[in-house]
Amino acid sequence: MKVVYADNNATTKVAPEVVEAMLPYFTEYYGNPSSMHSFGGQVAKKIDVARQQVAELVGADPAEVVFSSCGTESDNAAIWGILRANPRKRHIVTTRVEHPAVYNLGKYLVQCGYHVTELGVDSNGMLNLDELSDAIREDTAIVSIMYANNETGVIFPIEEIGQIVKGKGSILHTDAVQAVGKIPLNLSKSTIDLLTLSGHKLHAPKGVGALFVRKGITFAPFIIGGHQEKNRRGGTENVPSIIGLGRACELARNYINEESTKMKQLRDRLEEEILKKAPDARLNGHKMQRLPNTTNLSFEFVEGEAILLLLNEKGICASSGSACTSGSLEPSHVLRAMGVPFTAVHGSVRLSLSRYNTIEDVHYIIEQLPPIIRRLREISPYGSREMKMKEQAARVVAGM
Amino acid sequence: MWDYSEKVKDHFFHPRNVGEIENPDAVGEVGSLACGDALKLMLKLDTSGRIVDVKFKTFGCGSAIASASALTEIIKGKTLDEAGKITDNDIAKYLDGLPEQKMHCSVMGREALEAAIASYHGLKIEKPVDEGVIVCKCFGVTDNKIMHEVREHKLTTIEQVTNYCKAGGGCGSCHPKIQAIINEVWQKEKEKAMIEMVRSPVKKLTNIQKMKLIQETIERDIRPTLQSDGGDVELIDIDGDRVMVSFRGSCAECPSSKVTLKSTVEAKLREFVTDTVIVEEVAS
Repeated sequence: MKVVYADNNATTKVAPEVVEAMLPYFTEYYGNPSSMHSFGGQVAKKIDVARQQVAELVGADPAEVVFSSCGTESDNAAIWGILRANPRKRHIVTTRVEHPAVYNLGKYLVQCGYHVTELGVDSNGMLNLDELSDAIREDTAIVSIMYANNETGVIFPIEEIGQIVKGKGSILHTDAVQAVGKIPLNLSKSTIDLLTLSGHKLHAPKGVGALFVRKGITFAPFIIGGHQEKNRRGGTENVPSIIGLGRACELARNYINEESTKMKQLRDRLEEEILKKAPDARLNGHKMQRLPNTTNLSFEFVEGEAILLLLNEKGICASSGSACTSGSLEPSHVLRAMGVPFTAVHGSVRLSLSRYNTIEDVHYIIEQLPPIIRRLREISPYGSREMKMKEQAARVVAGM
Repeated sequence: MWDYSEKVKDHFFHPRNVGEIENPDAVGEVGSLACGDALKLMLKLDTSGRIVDVKFKTFGCGSAIASASALTEIIKGKTLDEAGKITDNDIAKYLDGLPEQKMHCSVMGREALEAAIASYHGLKIEKPVDEGVIVCKCFGVTDNKIMHEVREHKLTTIEQVTNYCKAGGGCGSCHPKIQAIINEVWQKEKEKAMIEMVRSPVKKLTNIQKMKLIQETIERDIRPTLQSDGGDVELIDIDGDRVMVSFRGSCAECPSSKVTLKSTVEAKLREFVTDTVIVEEVAS
């Protein structure tokens, strides 16, 4: 069956160029980069090339790039690394819409006795920067705010945020897993102190990521072991994947402008047509301040998991903020934080594109999705306007 | 991806009996948009009181739609009395099982059926009135409902309660209350069992019954207490009233394990089995 992959914020296809670059490092150049012999040493040189490639994509100095096993590790390393290096500071600031790697770490830190301030967002998913300014205290060790949201694609004004954080004398970490490779970044002219990126979101393999740590930032290693990564991350390097990440960053750098324009055109077409063809649908998140590849739509009176299952039957891969798809019963914390009504959260669908999507893919989704919504509404007791009125009236009575 | 059985998939992709009945004899409506799932069930009866037609409409996930479809197939042709005996487990079984996290979908089926039967008897046309207090604000679940599910399905953890009735699946702020309800239900059950035992003191336990009761008491009332302090106890042998155990974990090295032996292990066994029990510690 034809597969249309529109779930690129979950993971991406590894680029064939990346696979090609990686292959020799399994069976030919399998030496340990830490070894004294030149068989291993030649691999260390290739890791330096990869480090250079990653640094160039984000405008950093190669010495500021620390390789890790994934985005979650980089997030943990950044936050723990700063907390451990500043043991007297017991407060962190983050937001209610972070990826679980930061969001749940925040919850855990509260259990450990830290103070955590979670900033809310408005109905467009945007922060109130005055609130941020008020939240930073003298003992705020770190402010961790994502660059772009994985569910809605909403981009935060990270440089403005950085100015505020700098002004208050704290440190800014940003989870840029969804931004890197999709929008241009230049860390050499930035207020960001630490930045997380992940390989598998930009056509490198799963199991590799990196953390940018600005020169001069005192940082305690998260994984303690050997002297790898200049004592900033113990453990033998995942050589093939690091080579792959380097190549993927090089590809992204070469094509980022062209690709993001193309993705944006496809995404806008997809979004417009679906909103036109499916009544009682809405866009979640700021329409402009958004990644070029992501659209998050809510369909009233239907449930997300049911939509995904029917899309799956048609070979379309998407995801949903619905409670039933999350493994728990809790619907998307991101959409809830934005005040999206429960009813719309349950029927939310995220479509996220990549450089490999085509206009044919977009046409196919436009053709398949609206009838699926119609079909589920026919089954739904809330399918008609009348039921909607009834429900609203009930809510008024209940004082909700 | 949920691991749905072929039957669930079949009923989801090809739901039976979708729609509405004009002038139905019974209607049951449960759930709401805010809860994330809802079911409207309509029944038509023949003169002998059998269900001749049944239709449903569901708002919900794959297994909610499949559960409703399955329910309609199960009850067709049955009298209301027969249908009233259908449990959520019957619905799950008909579908060759549901993932644990989705059991609340079959519960919704049973509840809609209960509501429909009640409406036929003219009890309530609207949703059945639950006089309990709302515990889970996210999904509007009352203490009465949680108690019912805990008893019915012998639930012992908050996670299980969430799976069966969604309570606690949202913000999580009601978790302490749910835990308290679980504790209360099982405390009451224990007391009930005690009272029954006291009422029939003449009933002498057979050896097999006694051994079983000793084992159960150790598992239910003794080991969890010791485990919470990092210790444990293992039943080694039983000889008449002599119960031989061996300590494990931190209890094994604990200087006051002799006290624990008498004050916890023996005391509990005397309380729940027979007051002539003597507990001894043996090497294992």
